[in-house]
Amino acid sequence: MSLDTFIRLVYIVAAACFVMGLHLMNSPATARRGNQLSAAGMAGAVLGTLLLIAAGDVSTTGTLIWPIIVVGLVVGGGAGAYTARTVKMTAMPQLVSIFNAMGGGAAALVAIDEFVRAAGIGPHTLGTAEVVATVLDVVIGSVTFTGSLIAAGKLQGIVTGTPVKLPAGQAINVVLAVVALVAAVYLIAVGQVLAMLGVLLVVALIFGVTMVLPIGGADMPVVISLLNAFTGTAVAMAGFVIDDPVLIIAGALVGASGGILTKLMADAMNRSIMNIIVGGFGTGDAGAVAAAGAATGGGSVRELTVDDAAIQLTYAQHVIVVPGYGLAVAQAQHATAELAALLEERGVDVKYAIHPVAGRMPGHMNVLLAEANVPYPQLWEMEDINPEFQRADVALVLGANDVTNPAARSDPSSPIYGMPILDVDKAANIIVVKRSMRPGYAGIDNLLYTDPKTGMLFGDAKEVLTQLISAVKAL
Amino acid sequence: MSVDQLISSLTIFVLAILVGFEVISKVPATLHTPLMSGANSIHGIVLVGAMLIAAIADNPLSIFLSVLAVAFAAMNVVGGYLVTDRMLEMFKKRPAAPRGAPKPEA
Repeated sequence: MSLDTFIRLVYIVAAACFVMGLHLMNSPATARRGNQLSAAGMAGAVLGTLLLIAAGDVSTTGTLIWPIIVVGLVVGGGAGAYTARTVKMTAMPQLVSIFNAMGGGAAALVAIDEFVRAAGIGPHTLGTAEVVATVLDVVIGSVTFTGSLIAAGKLQGIVTGTPVKLPAGQAINVVLAVVALVAAVYLIAVGQVLAMLGVLLVVALIFGVTMVLPIGGADMPVVISLLNAFTGTAVAMAGFVIDDPVLIIAGALVGASGGILTKLMADAMNRSIMNIIVGGFGTGDAGAVAAAGAATGGGSVRELTVDDAAIQLTYAQHVIVVPGYGLAVAQAQHATAELAALLEERGVDVKYAIHPVAGRMPGHMNVLLAEANVPYPQLWEMEDINPEFQRADVALVLGANDVTNPAARSDPSSPIYGMPILDVDKAANIIVVKRSMRPGYAGIDNLLYTDPKTGMLFGDAKEVLTQLISAVKAL
Repeated sequence: MSVDQLISSLTIFVLAILVGFEVISKVPATLHTPLMSGANSIHGIVLVGAMLIAAIADNPLSIFLSVLAVAFAAMNVVGGYLVTDRMLEMFKKRPAAPRGAPKPEA
């Protein structure tokens, strides 16, 4: 068997590892193994490729092969390893977005290089299929590159989280799309002219920015997931361009999984993907929401003292904690875990109700709580926890708002009507920890707060929890 | 690319998409963040493509493009897998020794 054949087999094994790895991510118990299997497949594919290049079994007409590869691997790998090791768990969505930008950028660069090489020989060197793949790769990869960077900037607060209205609105995007289409058609039908690819590249890079800027910060997770699917598709296209099946398989896998994930997230917010992309809705950034006064919707709000709340919690049998975006903002996950552990020591049964979009990214809350050492069997998903609320003595709502609003079930005129929510109002008592009466991301009143069973604890989640912990200890 | 090649590549592409749909639709919401990050690392496979173009880079522009492509892809792969592993490491059934939440003196 020649080395080339052997490495092709290694690529097939790598692709199988990716699929098995994703499959193992079905359960928290096997997820880590799945990721390691996937990483092993990746290592195999990369080492195999290095071997092919070293043995000269692929075209090796380059002049600086090893310096390029070593410098690239050391610089890129080093930067990746450093940020992966040091990033705070709350900043995870930004980092995923940045890595995604890198992947999209790399995919676009591979296609650009192939095109430049072919155009150097003559205007009709590439077959139609390659040109189509190149065009798709460059467009998708470039949009992903700038789009992901803007998305990361919005999450980090470097770029404003509020939807940015472009001067001419969607007109700019329409113009960009038309220019891109003309350039693409020219490249495919008329001739492979370098300048046209340049136009396509620039337009796609700008489009990435103008596409993401008008979308609110709270929708960034969906955007990142969508861009992740884009990168997968771009990588698959790069596979077509350089005729490499492993890129096609891995890219298609990510494209499909990213697509499904995007759909799941949009469903959990009861919005269509189109509606999110068109944008202009929701700032998500608590600080950016204008303090809209005491929006109590007419009903009266009962305020609790910390001691009352501590007594309710300590003498309860079943407590359900409902953590939300505000908890992540206040970085109060460790305090939450400490309070829960304290209550459990006193014989209280504590469960966490996790809405699919709690946190800054679907599943983000689970990561934050796992970091605070909350055992994952205590984390309950929405469908499983909702029947439990009627048995709960106390529901403790920490910085969650719209996902607990009963109006989503009862009021057809509410903007969030139909959104799947946690049935917090079914609990015997409800304690809401909240900074102020400010409405949440959807900008509407929460009927839960005026429910007679509800007591409010105003303040920063972390401070309130710390006070609660000492109050419970003192009992 | 010959027509035969194109058809076989397209076959692979379509089947891989279906596999992707199938595998992901079963993942619980609990794991969506690690999943996104894990899938994100998989498309770092473009590193293979980046190294292959580095092997034929014989002019300054190609050298520039390929070194950038290798660095981008390497950051995607290495960072992606490491950070996913870091997240998944924290998912435990019963934490042995809590470090974030110091055990309250009973």
